[in-house]
Amino acid sequence: MIINARINVRFKSGVLDPQGTAIKGALKHLGFDGVEDVRVGKLIEIKLDAASKEDAEGQIKDMCEKLLANPVIEDYSFELS
Amino acid sequence: MKCAVIMFPGSNCDVDCYHACRDVLGQPTEYVFHKEKFSSVDFDLIVLPGGFSYGDYLRAGAIARFSPAMESVIKAAEAGKLILGICNGFQILLEAKLLPGAMKRNRDLKFHCHDVFLRVENNNTPFTGLYKKGEIIKVPIAHGEGNYFADRDTMEKLKARGGVVFTYCDRDGNVTEEANPNGSVENIAGIVSEQGNVLGMMPHPERCAEDILGNTDGRRVFESILQYVEGSVAHGR
Repeated sequence: MIINARINVRFKSGVLDPQGTAIKGALKHLGFDGVEDVRVGKLIEIKLDAASKEDAEGQIKDMCEKLLANPVIEDYSFELS
Repeated sequence: MKCAVIMFPGSNCDVDCYHACRDVLGQPTEYVFHKEKFSSVDFDLIVLPGGFSYGDYLRAGAIARFSPAMESVIKAAEAGKLILGICNGFQILLEAKLLPGAMKRNRDLKFHCHDVFLRVENNNTPFTGLYKKGEIIKVPIAHGEGNYFADRDTMEKLKARGGVVFTYCDRDGNVTEEANPNGSVENIAGIVSEQGNVLGMMPHPERCAEDILGNTDGRRVFESILQYVEGSVAHGR
């Protein structure tokens, strides 16, 4: 079965995000005074041929741990459809 | 001393590193293509050069880390061979977990290409034996992702074992926030592994290793390695 995975990778809380900080400054400059924090992440979409949804979940988790996220600085989450 | 320089797709300091090992040090040096594997006994020193391996896609060094040559590099590191990662090479060593921590984009999101001053924090390594502890040297940097990060626990362990080898400082040797070009925790510019045989550094010693380049402060990184390896042979280590 073909499974579509949407994976979100973002900096862990507590890790300063240089891009987010720059974007926050730009938004404030544009007059969006209420902006308190900006975090920039990555969206990775994968189309996967898997035996079952459980199989896909296991494979995607493995991909995140091995390559897609760096556990030293990043967290990940994903949804399958 | 037998030297290897690994060539990844997107490496651009491979020729400079090859030149430093072969012509400046006068040692037999080979290029190793990223698709090649080698044996741990083939080389005494393996250099991972700077550049933009695999276009820095995903994260700098993240894809290069899984190349066939890196499998051999990891085995050579476990066998105690000397591994020197410069700039992108340092990023690859972090992704391969041969060194602790990770790199983020520079604090100001700019690519920094200029000389910096470094303080030699640890001269008791195979890579820094010919420097004095606390010596201030001038070495160029050229990177967009050199913002070293490690959590508090990792930092404490790293410092306790003397893992911090180079820090960014001003010309008088003060390790200040202003002298930090990229936002690295505690101004870290270079670290060494627990076993002492793997060094990663963002500055480029190969770019300041000859008189004709106007600066020779980086040459002793290579000369220290040679002295260490020849000493090891002499002492049967």
